[in-house]
Amino acid sequence: MAVEWYLVLSALLFAVGASGVLLRRSPLVILLCLELMLNAGNLALVAFSRSLANQDGQIFALVVMVVAACEVVVGLGLIVAMFRRRLPLNVDEIRSLRG
Amino acid sequence: MSATTYGWLILLCPLAGSILIALSWRILPGRAAGWIGTAAIGLSFVNAIGAFVMLLGEPEDARRLTSALYDYATAVGLDIDLGILVDPLAVVMCLVVTGVSTLIHLYSVAYMSSDEGYARFFSYMNFFVFSMLLLILAGNFVLLIVGWAFVGFASYALISYWYRRSTATAAGMKAFVINVIGDIGLVLAAFLIFRELGTFDYLEVFEASPERFQTNEGTIVAICLLLLVGAFAKSAQIPFHTWLPDAMEGPTPVSALIHAATMVTAGVYLIARAHPLFELAPTAADIAAFAGLATLLVAATIALVVTDLKRIIAYSTMSQIGYMVVGVSIGAYTAGIFHLMTHAFFKALLFMAAGSIIAAMASRQNIDGMSGFKKAMPFTSLLLIIGALALAGFPGMSGFFSKDEILVFAAERGGMYWIFAIGGYVAAFLTAFYSFRIGFRVVLGEPCEEARELERGHLAHGEPENPATGEKEDTEIGFPGPEHHIAEHAAPMRIAMGVLGFLAVVAGVLQIPGVTAAMEHFLAGTFEESELFHSVPSEGSAYLGLLVGAIVAFAGIGLAWLLYVRSPGVTLRLRDRLTPIHNFLERKWYFDELIDALIYRPVIRAGRFAHEVVERVVVQGLVTGAVGAVREAGVLVRGAQSGFVRAYALLVVGGFAALALYFLVVSS
Repeated sequence: MAVEWYLVLSALLFAVGASGVLLRRSPLVILLCLELMLNAGNLALVAFSRSLANQDGQIFALVVMVVAACEVVVGLGLIVAMFRRRLPLNVDEIRSLRG
Repeated sequence: MSATTYGWLILLCPLAGSILIALSWRILPGRAAGWIGTAAIGLSFVNAIGAFVMLLGEPEDARRLTSALYDYATAVGLDIDLGILVDPLAVVMCLVVTGVSTLIHLYSVAYMSSDEGYARFFSYMNFFVFSMLLLILAGNFVLLIVGWAFVGFASYALISYWYRRSTATAAGMKAFVINVIGDIGLVLAAFLIFRELGTFDYLEVFEASPERFQTNEGTIVAICLLLLVGAFAKSAQIPFHTWLPDAMEGPTPVSALIHAATMVTAGVYLIARAHPLFELAPTAADIAAFAGLATLLVAATIALVVTDLKRIIAYSTMSQIGYMVVGVSIGAYTAGIFHLMTHAFFKALLFMAAGSIIAAMASRQNIDGMSGFKKAMPFTSLLLIIGALALAGFPGMSGFFSKDEILVFAAERGGMYWIFAIGGYVAAFLTAFYSFRIGFRVVLGEPCEEARELERGHLAHGEPENPATGEKEDTEIGFPGPEHHIAEHAAPMRIAMGVLGFLAVVAGVLQIPGVTAAMEHFLAGTFEESELFHSVPSEGSAYLGLLVGAIVAFAGIGLAWLLYVRSPGVTLRLRDRLTPIHNFLERKWYFDELIDALIYRPVIRAGRFAHEVVERVVVQGLVTGAVGAVREAGVLVRGAQSGFVRAYALLVVGGFAALALYFLVVSS
C-alpha cells in the first residue's frame, strides 16, 4: 500500500484531535484529543519509516509515546486536583491567568 | 640604650596604657585606670629624659638619629619606613608633651573620679598622647600624617567625651571637620613633595630641596602654603580657628592637655620641623607670620569681652599660639619653641586652676558669678595668679622671657618685621589686661555665694545642667559625674598644679639674654643649617625688649586693677557706651557668621539644588519614565492574555497551520 493512505488517515486523525481540543470544554476530553493528535503524529512517523526503510521513525514514535505518557500523568493530575478543589471542570470558566 | 631605642619606648608606653585600660576597664577597681594611665605617661616621660641624656652625649653636629622598625610601604620608586627621627627639636617636644601630660593625667585622677566613663577617659587620653608623640617623632611625612590624623580623632573623641550633651557632640564634629580640612592640606603637600623630590623622608627632603628649588619658586611656595593649611587647622589660626573655643565643651583636663598645652602647638612644631622648606619660600613664611599676627590680635581682643572662664583661656591660647607661629615663621625658632614650652606650663596651670574654680561653682563657667575665692580657695587662687602673671609676661616669670624673645627678634630683623614687634606688644598689653580680668575678678572682691559656702566647708552642689545652655542633665554615663573636686580637697590635683606653678615661674631661666642660652644650644642640633637661627638679637636690644615688655605688662595689669578692683562698674558703663564694639567683639568678629555665609550656606544651597533639580527631576525623571514606558507597553499587550485556554490552543494550531501553508507555498 502506498504511503499516502497512511498520511491521509494521520491527517484526518490530527484534524479530529485538533478540532476536539479547540471545541470541547471538558479538560478530560481535551486531554483525550491531545493524545489523538500525538498518535496521528506517531502514525505518520511509522508510515514514513516503513516507506523509507529507515528505523529512525520507529524509535521516534517510541519517544513520542513516552512523552505522551508523561503528559497524561501531569494532565490527569491537574484534573484530579481541580476536581478535589471543586473547581468547575470547564476550561472556559478557569481563566485566572487573564491579563 | 641609644636615643632611638628610648624614642620607641616613648611611643610604646602610652599605646600600651591605652590598650590595657581599654581592654580591662571592667575589672579595674576604683581609680586604677587613672593611675595606670598616669604611670604610662610618666614612664614615657622617663624615657624622654633618657633620650635627652643620650642625645646630649652625642657630638653636637650628629644629633639627628633615625631608626626604622620595618618597611611601612614599598612599591616601585616608593620606600616608606616605619621610622622615627630623634633630634633636639623632637626631644624638646617629647619632654614638654610627656611632662605636662603626666601632670594633667595626675590632675584628672582626682578631677574625673566621679565620672561614669572614668576608664574610657584615660584610654582616650593615653591614645592622644601616643598620637601626639607619633606626630612629633615621625621620621617622614607619611608617619607624620598618621600621627596628625590620630591626634585629630583623639581630640574629637575627648571633646565629645560627654556624649549625651548635644553641645559637646556638635563641638566635637566642628573640630573634627576643620581638622580634616587641615589633614587634606597636609596630604596634598606631601603629594607635591613626593612628586618633586621622590621621597617622604624628612632628612632626604630637607637635603634635596635647596638643589631642587629656587627661592620662592611657585612649587615650594605651594607646598609651604598647603603645609600651613594643616598647621593652621590644628593650631586654630585664622581662618581655621573657630573650633577651638567650642572645644571647651570637653572636660577641663582635656582643655588643658589638648587644647592648650600640646595638640594645638602641633602646627608650630610642623613649621619649625619644615623650616628648611619655609626658608626656601619666604613668601609663605611671611603669610604664616601675618596670619599668626592677625590671630594673636583678634583672639586677644575677643578675650576681653568673653565671659565664659574656659573660653577666655581658650582665646588666650589662640593668641599665644599666634606668637609662636609668628616666631617660627620669621626665623625665631628657639624663641618660638621656648614660648611653646613655657606656654604649655602656664596655660595648663591656668586651665587646672580654672577647673578647680569651676568645680567650686558647681560646673558654672560664667565669670560674672565668680568673685572673692581668695579665702575659700587660697591654693587655687595663688596658682591662678601665678598662671596669670606668667601669661601676662610679668618680669621674672617664664612668659616674660619667651614672649619678648620673639618680639625682639622681629624688631631686630627690621623692615616690615617691625609690624610683628608692634602688634605683639599691643597684644601683650591686652594679654596682661585680660589675664588679670580673670585673676582679679575671680580671686579678689566680695566673696560670692559659693565662695562663702566653701569658707564654711561646704562645696556648692547645684542641679546638674549644661553650663552653655542651662539644659537639665543627669549624672549617668555620657554626662559629668555627680561630685566636684577642687584642688584644696584633692592631693593629686594639688601636686600637679604645684609642679606646673613652679615650672611656670622658673622655666624662664633656660633662656635669659646674655646669661643662659640652654634652649638655643640644644636646638642648634636641628636648626644649625638655618641662617636665621644664628642671627641672635644683640644683648642690648634684648634687654630693651624686656624693659618694654615689663612696662607693657605692668600697664595691662594696672589697667585691670583700676577697672576691676579700684572702681568696679566702670567696665559696665564702658560697655554701654561702646555697645557696637562690644557686640562686635562678643560675636567673635563675626567669624562664625562669615564662615556660615561663605561656606556653609552656599554648600547647603548647592545641596538643595542637587536634591530638588538633579535628584528629583533628572534622576527620578529617568527612573519613573522607564517605569511608565514599561507599564504602558504592558497595558497594550495584556489584551492578548485572555485566559481562554481554547483561544491559546487556537493560536497554536492556527499558527502552525499558517506556517505549514507558508512553507508549502514557498516550496512549490
